[in-house]
Amino acid sequence: MKKVLLMALLALCYSVTAVAQEPVRIGMITTLSTKAGYLGEDIRDGFQLAVDEGKGTLGGIAVDLLVDDDNRKPEKARQIAERFIKRDKAQILTGIVFSNVATAVVPKVVREDVFYISPNAGPSMLAGKGCDPNYFNVAWQNDNLHEAAGKYVNDKGFNKVYLLAPNYPGGKDAVSGFKRFYKGGIAGEVYTNLGQSDYAAELASLRAAAPDAVFFFLPGGMGINFIKQYAQAGLNKTIPLFGPAFSFDERLLQAVGDAGLGVINGSQWSPDLDTPKNRAFVEAFRATYGRTPTLYASQGYDAAQLIGSALKKVGGDMNRQDDFRAALKAADFTSVRGNFRFGKNNHPIQDIYVREVVKTADGKYTNRIVEKTFVDHVDAYASECSMK
Amino acid sequence: MSSVHFVPVFLMLLFVEQLLNGLQLGVMLFLMSAGLTLVFGIMQVVNLAHGSFYMIGAYVAATVMLKSGSFVLALAVALPVTAAVGMLVELTVLRRLYERDHLDQVLATFGLIFFFNELTRMIWGRQPLFMDVPPWLSRTVELLPGIYYPSYRLLIIAVGILVALFLYLLFSRTRLGLQIRAGATNREMVAAMGINIRVLYTLVFGLGALLAGLAGAMAGPILAVEAGMGESILILTFVVIVIGGIGSIRGAFVGALVVGMVDTLGRAFLPQIFRLLFDSAAADRLGLALASMAVYVFMALILAWKPRGLFPAPGN
Repeated sequence: MKKVLLMALLALCYSVTAVAQEPVRIGMITTLSTKAGYLGEDIRDGFQLAVDEGKGTLGGIAVDLLVDDDNRKPEKARQIAERFIKRDKAQILTGIVFSNVATAVVPKVVREDVFYISPNAGPSMLAGKGCDPNYFNVAWQNDNLHEAAGKYVNDKGFNKVYLLAPNYPGGKDAVSGFKRFYKGGIAGEVYTNLGQSDYAAELASLRAAAPDAVFFFLPGGMGINFIKQYAQAGLNKTIPLFGPAFSFDERLLQAVGDAGLGVINGSQWSPDLDTPKNRAFVEAFRATYGRTPTLYASQGYDAAQLIGSALKKVGGDMNRQDDFRAALKAADFTSVRGNFRFGKNNHPIQDIYVREVVKTADGKYTNRIVEKTFVDHVDAYASECSMK
Repeated sequence: MSSVHFVPVFLMLLFVEQLLNGLQLGVMLFLMSAGLTLVFGIMQVVNLAHGSFYMIGAYVAATVMLKSGSFVLALAVALPVTAAVGMLVELTVLRRLYERDHLDQVLATFGLIFFFNELTRMIWGRQPLFMDVPPWLSRTVELLPGIYYPSYRLLIIAVGILVALFLYLLFSRTRLGLQIRAGATNREMVAAMGINIRVLYTLVFGLGALLAGLAGAMAGPILAVEAGMGESILILTFVVIVIGGIGSIRGAFVGALVVGMVDTLGRAFLPQIFRLLFDSAAADRLGLALASMAVYVFMALILAWKPRGLFPAPGN
C-alpha cells in the first residue's frame, strides 16, 4: 500500500513537473521567401525579441516558437497550420502577413479551438461578419492606415486628389478606405497591374490630370518602383504624395532613398513614438538585429506581448480556454504604440498617426510623427460583427 | 476658341510622351529578349533562368554603386560578372541538358530560378537594395515644349539602340556572327565544318547573360532591386520572342518595340477610351482588364496571322 502510494506520489510529481516544464507551443506561419520575405522576417524578429527578453518565456511561461515559411501561398499556409495543430499540438498560431493567406487559414483554425493572433493581415471579412472569439488582431484592420491618410488629406484642404492602387481586392479596399474620410474631388482613379514594375505610362497620365495631391497604395517593391519613378519624373517637387505606412517602412525606405523624403503616410506606430516602452523596444531591436524596427516588427513584438499577458493569467495552462480567451480580450500589456484595447470584434481600438519620411544624421531614412489623426479609432466593420 | 485647340495639343503631347515610354520599355525588353532568343534559337534550350541574370546584373550594379558611387563603374563590373555567371551556368548545368527534351530543360532552369533567388537572399538579405540614378542623369529634359522626360530614361533608349546596332554589326559583319547565324540554321552542319560548337554555345550564352545583366543594371535605378525581380520581366520577354520569331535578333528587336508600345499605350489609353465610350463601372473594369491583356491578345492575333512569328529564323 505504502509502495503504491509512493509510486502514485512520484507519478503525480512527475506529471506536475512535466506540465510545468512542457513549453507552450506557438506556431508562426509567415512569409519569409518571395519578394515580401522581409515582412515576415521583421514580424518573426519582433516576436523573437520578446521571447528572448523573457529568456525563452512569455509572461513567465516557457514557450516554444515554431516558425515556417508560407511562400505567400494560401494552400501552403493551410498545410503548415494543419501540421502545427495536429503534429505539434500548437494551440496558438500567429504570423500571417497577407490577407488572402489569412482568409484561407484563420476561419478553419479558429473552428478547431485554436487561437489565432494576427500580427499583420486584417481583412474586412474577419473584422465584420466573419469575426470569431478565437481570432484577435493585434495590428489593425486593413483600411485603418488608408483612412488616416484620407482624413489628413481632407483636413489639409486638398480637393483634387489622384488615386492609384493595384487591381486586386486589397487595392480597391485601400481606395475605399481613403475615400471614407476624404470628401474632396477626385482627379483620377487608376488601377494598375499587380506586380507591375514600370509606371511611366501612369505617371504621364497623372501629370496630365494635374491633381493637387496623389494617394497611392502599392505594397512592397511596387511602391519602391513608383516612388523612385515619381521623383525621377520631377513630380515630387510639385505634387505631394500620400500613402499608408506599407510603402514607407524603415527597411523599404533605405531602398527608396531621397525619393521618399517628405512623403506623408498613415501608421499606428512609429519608431519615434515617445513612450518608455517604445524607446526600450526600438533600442533593444537595434541592439539585437542591427537595424531600425519597422511597424511589422512592432506588431510581432506586440503579438508576443499579448500572448504573454494571457499565458501569465492562466499560468500557462492552455486547457483553460475560456480564461485564456478572456485574458487575451483584456489586452493587459503595455503596447509599444501606447493606448491599446480590443473592440467588440477583437480588433484594436487605437490612435493612428500620420508620419513624414525624413533623413537622419547618419544618412538613413526614417519616419517622424507629424500629428495624431485619429484618437481611439474603431474600424468600419466592427458594427457588422455579432460578438458582444 | 483657344480652349478648343488646347485639348488636342495637350492630348498629342501626352501621346508623344507615352510613345517615348513605350519605346523605353521596348528597348529594355529587347536587351532581355536578344539573349533569350539566341539561346532558344541556337541551342534549342528553353532557359527560364534568363531573368536571374537580369537580377544578378541589378544586384551587382547596385552593390558596386553603393560602395563606389559611380554608375559607370557599376556597369563595368556588373556586365562581366553576369557574363561569367552565365557561362558558368552553361558549363555546369545547361551543357547536360542539350540532349534532353524541353520538359527537362524547363524543370532544370525553373530550379535555377529558385537557386538564384535564394542565393541573392543569402548574400544580400531579404531587404530590397537601393540604387539611384547618377546625379548627372537625374534631371528631366524638356524634349519639346511641354514634354518633360527623365534624362535617365533617354539614356536607356540610347543604350538599347546602340546595343541593337552592335548586334546588327556583330551578326552581319563578323566571323563569329556568321558562325552563330549558321548555328541557328543548322548546327550539325556547322559542327561538321569544324567549328567548335561547344565554345560557340558558351560564348552565345555568355553574351545573352551579359545583355540581360545590362538590362538589369540599367533597370536598377528605376526599379526595386529585389530577389525575384527577373520573373516579372521574363513573361513579357517570352511574349516578345514568340511574336518576333524564335532565334531571330531582328524579330526580337521589332517584337520588343511593338510589345513595349502595345503594353504602354494600352495601359495609358484603353481605360480612358472605354470610359469615354461607355459610362459605367463595368466599362471601367473591362477597360482595365483589356489593358492588362492587350499584349497577350496582340500575341494571339500575330500568331493567328504568322504562326512562327514575324521574322522566324531560317531552319527552325
